[in-house]
Parts: sequence; C-alpha cells; structure tokens
Amino acid sequence: MSVVLIFLAAIAAIMIWWLSGQRLTSKPWLETGSVQMPVHGGTDRPPVPSVKIGLFVFLGVVGALFSLAVSAYFMRAASADWWGMPVPRLLWVNTAALTLSSAALQWAKREVRHGRMESLRPALVTALLLAVFFLAGQIQVWRELVAAGYVLDDNPANSFFYMLTGLHGLHILGGLAVLAHTTVKAFAADIAAERLSLSVDLSAIYSHFMLAVWLLLFALFAGWASDFVDLCRTLIS
Amino acid sequence: MVEIPSGSIPSAEVEDVELYHPHSWWTKYVFSQDAKIIAVQYSITAIAIGLVALVLSWLMRIQLAFPGYFTFIDADHYYQFITMHGMIMVIYLLTALFLGGFGNYLIPLMVGARDMVFPYANMLSYWIYLLAVLILAAGFFAPGGPTGAGWTLYPPQSVLSGTPGGKDWGILLMLTSLIVFIIGFTMGGLNYVVTVLQGRARGMTLMRMPLTVWGIFTATVMALLAFPALFVACVMMLFDRVLGTSFFMPAIVEMGTQLQHGGGSPILFQHLFWFFGHPEVYIVALPAFGIVSDLISTHARKNIFGYRMMVWAIVIIGALSFVVWAHHMYVSGMHPAFGFFFATTTLIIAIPTAIKVYNWVLTLWRGDIHLTLPMLFALAFIVTFVNGGLTGLFLGNVVVDVPLSDTMFVVAHFHMVMGVAPILVIFGAIYHWYPKVTGRMLNDVLGHIHFWITFLGTYAIFFPMHYLGLLGVPRRYFEMGETAFVPPSAHTLNIFITVMALVVGAGQMVFLFNLAWSLFRGREAGGNPWRATTLEWQTPETPPAHGNWGKDLPVVYRWAYDYSVPGAAEDFIPQNVPATAGVTRETPA
Repeated sequence: MSVVLIFLAAIAAIMIWWLSGQRLTSKPWLETGSVQMPVHGGTDRPPVPSVKIGLFVFLGVVGALFSLAVSAYFMRAASADWWGMPVPRLLWVNTAALTLSSAALQWAKREVRHGRMESLRPALVTALLLAVFFLAGQIQVWRELVAAGYVLDDNPANSFFYMLTGLHGLHILGGLAVLAHTTVKAFAADIAAERLSLSVDLSAIYSHFMLAVWLLLFALFAGWASDFVDLCRTLIS
Repeated sequence: MVEIPSGSIPSAEVEDVELYHPHSWWTKYVFSQDAKIIAVQYSITAIAIGLVALVLSWLMRIQLAFPGYFTFIDADHYYQFITMHGMIMVIYLLTALFLGGFGNYLIPLMVGARDMVFPYANMLSYWIYLLAVLILAAGFFAPGGPTGAGWTLYPPQSVLSGTPGGKDWGILLMLTSLIVFIIGFTMGGLNYVVTVLQGRARGMTLMRMPLTVWGIFTATVMALLAFPALFVACVMMLFDRVLGTSFFMPAIVEMGTQLQHGGGSPILFQHLFWFFGHPEVYIVALPAFGIVSDLISTHARKNIFGYRMMVWAIVIIGALSFVVWAHHMYVSGMHPAFGFFFATTTLIIAIPTAIKVYNWVLTLWRGDIHLTLPMLFALAFIVTFVNGGLTGLFLGNVVVDVPLSDTMFVVAHFHMVMGVAPILVIFGAIYHWYPKVTGRMLNDVLGHIHFWITFLGTYAIFFPMHYLGLLGVPRRYFEMGETAFVPPSAHTLNIFITVMALVVGAGQMVFLFNLAWSLFRGREAGGNPWRATTLEWQTPETPPAHGNWGKDLPVVYRWAYDYSVPGAAEDFIPQNVPATAGVTRETPA
C-alpha cells in the first residue's frame, strides 16, 4: 500500500498548501464586518473556472484509483507464482502515439489562445486520430498477447496487465468522447475561438494526465518500476 | 471590532450563474437539476432502502432470540440478511443520506450559492445512485438470492458455492451495484467539493462556513479518495469470479474439486477493503460532527466553543483516518509491528475526536439550552458517541482486540459509534431542517415519542450486547448450539435485545407518520423558526425557490455563530446582517 500512501501524501501536501492560504488561524468571531473586497481577490488574474477545478478534483480521484491498483500490483507481485510477461514492441508505438496526441493538444491549446481557427482544427483532428490509434493499438497488443498464449486468467501478471490497460483505455475513451465533441464544435462555421478555449484547455490537461498515468503503467509492465523499487529498498537498508 | 483589510479575504466571489430553468413537470420534479429536489430524492430513496435493512435486522434478531420460530430463516437466509443489512445501512443509507441528502440540500444554501456548480452531473448522480439501489435490491429476486458473504465480502468465501449467492447472481449484483454507486457518487462528490470551493457567496470565507459544511466537505474529499479502493477491489473480485483470474483467490478445493485459481492473496482484498472501510466510518461521522455542532450551538443559543479547533479537528481526523485501516485486520496474521503502528495511529485519532466532544460540552456549558427535538437528539448523540468511542479505544489495542475480535462486543461497538450515533444526528437534523424543506414544523408530541423510544431503545439493544461479547458470544453465528462458556442467561438477554429491537423498529413508524402528516397538517414554520444565524434560514421564501436567493445573492458579514450577542436587538445576528445594522463587538483586550 506504499504507492497509494505516497500518492495521498502528495494530495495532502497540495491540500496543506491550499489551506495555508485560507487564513485557518483567523478568529472569525472577532472579524465582523467588511466584505468590501475587490473582484477576484484583488488580482488581475481571471478566476479559475469551476469546470477546471472540477477536472483537477476528478484527476485526484483517477489518481487514487490507479495508485491503488498499482499498490495491489506490487503486493500481488510479491507472491511466488508471479512470472513477468514480455513487452510487445507495439507498446512502444502506442506510447509514441499517445505522446504525440498529447503534444497535438498542447499545440491546439496554443492555437486556440491566439484565435487561429484554421490551425486549431488540424491540431484537434490529429490529437483525436492519434488517441484512437492508441486505443486500436492497445487492442492489437491484447490480441498479440492472447495469440502468444498470455491469456487473462493464466498468470497474475497477465491479469494485471489486462485489467490496468483496460481501466486506462476506458479513461482514454471517456476523454475521447469529450474531445470528439469539442472537435465537432470546432468545425461549426460560426464558432469563436474563445468559446472553445476552455474545452481545449481541459482536454489537454486530461490528456497529459492520462499520458503520465500510461507512462507509469508502462514502466511497471516493462519492469523498470520494480527495478526502481528494488533500488530504493537497497538504499534504505 | 476588527476590520478586515479589503483584499485580505481570499476571493470567494463568483459571477452570478445562469440557472437552468425547467420547462415541464417532469424536468421540475423528476429529472430535476435543482439540488434541493435531488436532495429530497436522495433522502427518500435512502430511507426506503434503509427500511428494508431495518426489517432484515428484525429477522436476524428473531432468529437469534427464537431460533427456528420462522422456518424460512435458515442459515443461508440469515447470512444474506446480515450482509444486506450491513451493506445497505453503511453505504446506501448513511453515506447517501449524509452526502447526497444533506450535502445537496445544505451546501448551496449554507454557502450562499444558487445551486450546485454542475447541476446536470448532480442529477445524473442521483439516477445512477437509484440504479445502484435497484441492482442491489434485485439480489432479493435473483436465483439463489443476494450474497451472504458478510458486508466485508471477504474472498475466497464470498465467491465460492458454500456461501449464498457465491456462485449465483448474488455476489455479481452486489459488486456491480457497488461499482455503479461509486461512479454515481463521484459525480455528486465533485459537485459538493467544487461548490464549496467556487460557489461561496461574497464574504463567506472558509473560516466563516458553518461546521456542517466543513464536515460534509471534508467527508466528501475523503470519500472521493477512499471509494476508489472499494472500486478496485470490486473490479478485481469480479475478474476473479467471472473471468477466472487469481487476484484474491488462493489455490482452493471446493466441494471436492480443485479450482482453477491459485496463488491469490485474500489479505490483499482486506487491505483494499479497509483502506476504503475505515475512512468510510469517518465519511459517515464527520457530517454528523458538523451537523451536531450547529444543532447544539443554535439550540443552546451560544456560539460554538473553539470554532477554529473544531475545523482543525475535522481536517485532522479526515487525514488520520487514512492511516489506520489495518486495525480492522489484527487477526489476519499480519506482522505484530504493523499492529503496533496501527494501534498507535488509531489511538491518536482519539485526540481530535475528544477535542470535539469537549467543545460540544463546553458549548452547552452555561448555554441557554432549549430542549427542542433537535437538541435532544444532539445530546443523545454526544453520550452515544462517547460510549461507542470509548469501546473503540479498547478495540484499537491489539491485545484487547484479539480476544474480543469476532464477538458481539465488536457488533455493539460499531453499532453504537457508527450506527446509532449518526442516525441520531440524522433524526435531529431532519427535525431541525424539515421546516425549511417543507415550510411546516414536525409534530412535537410524536417527535418526543419517537425520540424516547429510539434513544432508550437503542441503549437497551446495544448496551447488553457488550456484555454478551465479553462472555465470548461470537458474532455472525446463525445459532449458538451447545457451548460451555455461554450461560443460559445469555439467551434470556438475547430475547430482551430482540424485543427491544422490534420496539425500536416499530417506533420508527411514528417518525414516518410524522413526516407524512406534518407535510399537510404541521404548524406553519415561517422562515426561521429556530432563530438561527446560518444563511439557509435567511432565504426570501420558505421552502426556498429555485435559485434560492431571489434577485440578489446574499453577502456574508460575520461567522455562523453570533448567538446571545450582548446588546443585540435579538439574541442572534444572521450571517448576512452588516456590522452597522447589528451590534459591533468589542475586541477583548
């Protein structure tokens, strides 16, 4: 369970940082009166939209989900019946596709900020197609592994591989639905760039997060994560 | 008085929102996006499924006191009743009612928002919750009946044919229902958190929020982080059961056949389950803590003692509850050093919790205590919670827990601390806020009958149960049979407990009748019958209309506990009254 505890420690750090700015030591019973505060707390920054905060909270939930699954992975991997499984070469291609998809969204984010609709559209379509390619590639990896005899109910390593890639794929699919919606809107004739700015931004954040999750999972499957954990153990002891 | 320099308050202001306006009866009352309607829907569904769980507990108690009286209660059915009773009460009643019910109703009103920030997701949250409840209830009608694995669903027994529902539909429906519940809850939970973060009215700093909002907010954050553990556990168990994997399943022989599974770790499930399961206790308790603070302060006409410490204690309890989970697993064969670690963290939680109890008592000290129904329930909560909490200190110690584990003592402990205590708060809260929800007061006489039956009755049920546990009477047993260590008097006590359980259960009918009767015949309440300071009592209309606040959002000038202010025209000053209109308070030297 140490993985999830590390994750929670990170969450706790964020919360402490946030709470420390909330005047938790104030004495509200003595502070009657003024609320004449300027709009947006006195700064010129526009307020963070609620949807964006909501997305960050949701990413916290998704993060908890995957760190728990990874915790379970390590605990189960400690048992004697665990054999590693090969890393199909296609996974590298898929990883590249997902990385490029994320990069394309970052590009889209820049374009939409400058209001360049004509280059926003290809960026969104590229991101969308690459993410679809990633999903198709993952399914192809499953098929290759099954054909090679690495079936789901054989070894716990296989079971975890299918479950974790499946969970991750479902999250990508959910993100794709939103991205597809945004892309369709971007092709409407009379849409202004400002109206798309927020949803492109959110798609990019989500995409980067799921990319990070995938890279960690990939490191797990390739065995680097366990090497890293072993290294840490050696350093501690 | 202290003037806050402008700009020092963190921005709590949001633009006034564009509200969704329903166009038909269906979108107004059924597929509603109004948090207040959704709250009522959540509450009614939760109470309805809770009544099923109540009847199940009757059937269990009848079997324990009068074994064999009802021939349809065999061992299988008994285990199914236990399982469904536990799961329904903890998740589908308490969690849903506190967060989905009170959270939805109170958060927007108490922080001065027009609605939740994502009303559509909020609506989906309820309908997905309803779906989860229906899937769960479908277990009663499925072939083989619901699962009888115990509410903890420990593998391997939960998916084997010896357990009711293990190889039938029961366990599948249970796991599916939990997964669906968690998806629905996440949608609602995002709403509760982001509304507190983003939807607060002008001037509503975090430290001016009523403790109810603090409790629900913290509990929601915890639930969002803890429920994924149950989600992962359910998904993995479904894989084991349906797809033949071995996450949790060791090599095992079932009915003389060697199963396909091998090498899985049942302990892994316990870790995941209790990583959710222990925070769950506080997910239920923290909203109760918050609500009870507000009830006590309002009905004792006194500001809450140690507001800051109350807030800190809520946050600290929330954080600590994530590092105590393995105290549910002392007998699982884990390393003794782990047991020591978890015993320590468990006992540390007692500190912030004790601070809260002291502060409630000190709030009452020299208060102008009105023994209204909400106050009676709040007082009953304090004593019940102290009782349940003290036995928790017993069980938190490894050496005491090991002999008491799996006895009736544990059953008595957790029913006191997270069954009866939160339910008392729920009742108190309903008596307190029913006038705001419906515009009418609940009947006082019926309420008193309900209170005394519930309070004394639950003590009559669970106090003797501690004694049974100390005798060594095991929990989860369908019948006792012959034992050397259980004297015949234990059986007499069992009969007494069962009779009291029947009485308390029947007493709840008075409450339900009161809810229905007062809806039409109750005394008109007016906008603020308790003369309370918090924003929900200051709405222009009662019950609050769609959008809550009429034309202008409220502005908050003070904290939520200005009761018995010296020199004030009335003995309370609502949060939205400016300093000049009320009485300025002298700064103590």
